[in-house]
Amino acid sequence: MVAELDFEKPLIELRRKIIELKEFMKTAEVDLSAEIEKLEARLAKLENDIYSNLTPWDRVQIARHPQRPTTLDYITRLFTHFLECHGDRCFGDDEAIVGGIAKYDGLPVTVIGHQRGKDTKENIRRNFGMPHPEGYRKALRLMKQAEKFQRPIICFIDTKGAYPGKAAEERGQSEAIARNLFEMSGLTVPIVCIVIGEGGSGGALALGVGNHIHMLENSTYSVISPEGAAAILWKDAALAQRAAETMKITAHDLKELGVIDEIIPEVRGGAHRDVDQQAAEIDKVLKRSLQQLLKLDGETLVQQRYEKFKQIGQFTFSHDDLRVR
Amino acid sequence: MWKDIFIKKKKYASIPSQQVRYEVPEGIMTKCPKCKKIMYTKELIKNLRVCMSCGYHHTMPSRERIDSLLDEGSFREYDADMISVNPLQFPGYMEKLEEDRRKSNLNEAVVTGEGTLNGYPLVIAVMDSAFRMGSMGSVVGEKITRAIEKARELHVPFLIFTASGGARMQEGVLSLMQMAKTSAALKLFSDEGGLIISVMTHPTTGGVSASFASLGDYNFAEPGALIGFAGRRVIEQTVREELPEDFQTAEFLLKHGQLDAVIHRHDLKETLTTVLDIHQGGGEHGWWQS
Ligand SMILES: [Zn+2]
Repeated sequence: MVAELDFEKPLIELRRKIIELKEFMKTAEVDLSAEIEKLEARLAKLENDIYSNLTPWDRVQIARHPQRPTTLDYITRLFTHFLECHGDRCFGDDEAIVGGIAKYDGLPVTVIGHQRGKDTKENIRRNFGMPHPEGYRKALRLMKQAEKFQRPIICFIDTKGAYPGKAAEERGQSEAIARNLFEMSGLTVPIVCIVIGEGGSGGALALGVGNHIHMLENSTYSVISPEGAAAILWKDAALAQRAAETMKITAHDLKELGVIDEIIPEVRGGAHRDVDQQAAEIDKVLKRSLQQLLKLDGETLVQQRYEKFKQIGQFTFSHDDLRVR
Repeated sequence: MWKDIFIKKKKYASIPSQQVRYEVPEGIMTKCPKCKKIMYTKELIKNLRVCMSCGYHHTMPSRERIDSLLDEGSFREYDADMISVNPLQFPGYMEKLEEDRRKSNLNEAVVTGEGTLNGYPLVIAVMDSAFRMGSMGSVVGEKITRAIEKARELHVPFLIFTASGGARMQEGVLSLMQMAKTSAALKLFSDEGGLIISVMTHPTTGGVSASFASLGDYNFAEPGALIGFAGRRVIEQTVREELPEDFQTAEFLLKHGQLDAVIHRHDLKETLTTVLDIHQGGGEHGWWQS
């Protein structure tokens, strides 16, 4: 059973009512088919209304859905021969990030992604998908290996953020993230990044310096969580809903801000409702991306990636203002 | 040869005279937050804002930093008039910027430009925490990126002083992306042999610490500077971990292998001169030639 979200409550109510009526009709031998038909039409309309008018906060809820498909769910559906490679060769293996080699329609690739757990036990093992420095260093090791053997890199982004902890700071969380940004920008192989859930701050970006960046329709990408933003801005984490709107964190916002390339449509109600179908949607966009990028040589790929990030940001000049002052 | 072009002064004044022309925004007297001693601000500025009694490194405005290091009259500022817009239509953002412009007499949280340090030409970027806590938005990212590109074009070292609370929230994800933009610029510069020197000053946290601040060929810090990715309070709240007294100080980072050296402000110019000198061949003659 799929866990329902707050904004879906009216739908649940209506669905339950329809089932009740159907049951009642069976036992009581009264014809309620007209009534049921009416309710079903209303349900269809309501579903349409709700799912085609999702607020940023609704999308945050979908992105955080406990059953939302993870990196490994997509890896098993999109690739064959996946061989997971562990460890940063330095300190340890951080299971908040998975990575390895695989084939994509026969094409050798390197796949890396943040990995959440689906239950408490797995979440503890994977630290809720919040990496330590060794996770980022493992990712970088695999990316460098991909470059050596000229394989494209596919990154799935899905994290609340890099882990805020003592050990993480001691081992250089900042340096690990910075190093990934630095090195990824210079890799001579195609890099496609896909935000599949939450793209939380620097911890997400550390796998995000791609030639193409795509987002699932209900995923988010932000400099700080809505709760964090609300706490700082209005000293009240309960205003997260408002912050989700103000901070412009949805796929549509990021497309408008010129940060991402494509929005990958989601199954109605969210990716968790049909993982196979969702994987097929990702497949289409990923294939199109790689077809374009595989035509470019290493130098062009580096240049394209640099130009892509170089143009992000908005500013102006105020010669006049300055003189007045 | 590079090394013959520059006139090197073996002795140099550590306190250029033009510093004095900066007024004393905090008044005639300043109280040291560490030892609580009250001293003349003018005296403190003369001492490069290092407390005369306990050695505490007070925040140093970007202009003073530049004057304290670069040869007199050599500094040429880049993009001085680049200012922020309000890409997210964030309520109150423009007013806050205006207020900080007035209070700090700065247009943004970083000053960039070129100049010479003891004769060595370089491109310098100095962040200033007096403007929006030194936070990085589009302008900071763009100015730093342009400065790096300029260093690449001129084939001179890039020196950056960081002081920042992290990404600027009011510009949302655009701020986040400046981390990638600046890092990518450093990568291109580095691949062509460019020298990157980072000096982290108090505070260097969040997105700035997790991008260019940590990407120097040499990463230095000033004594006592707070440097880290996640805020101490966030860590305490989410993890409930016991944190040591010196957590996320420059000294803590040095102990954990994250820095090349912690350098007292009075020794900074000499250290930087040594690094620049070594990277231009040392300027000496000897048996290793021919
Ligand atoms: Zn003192």
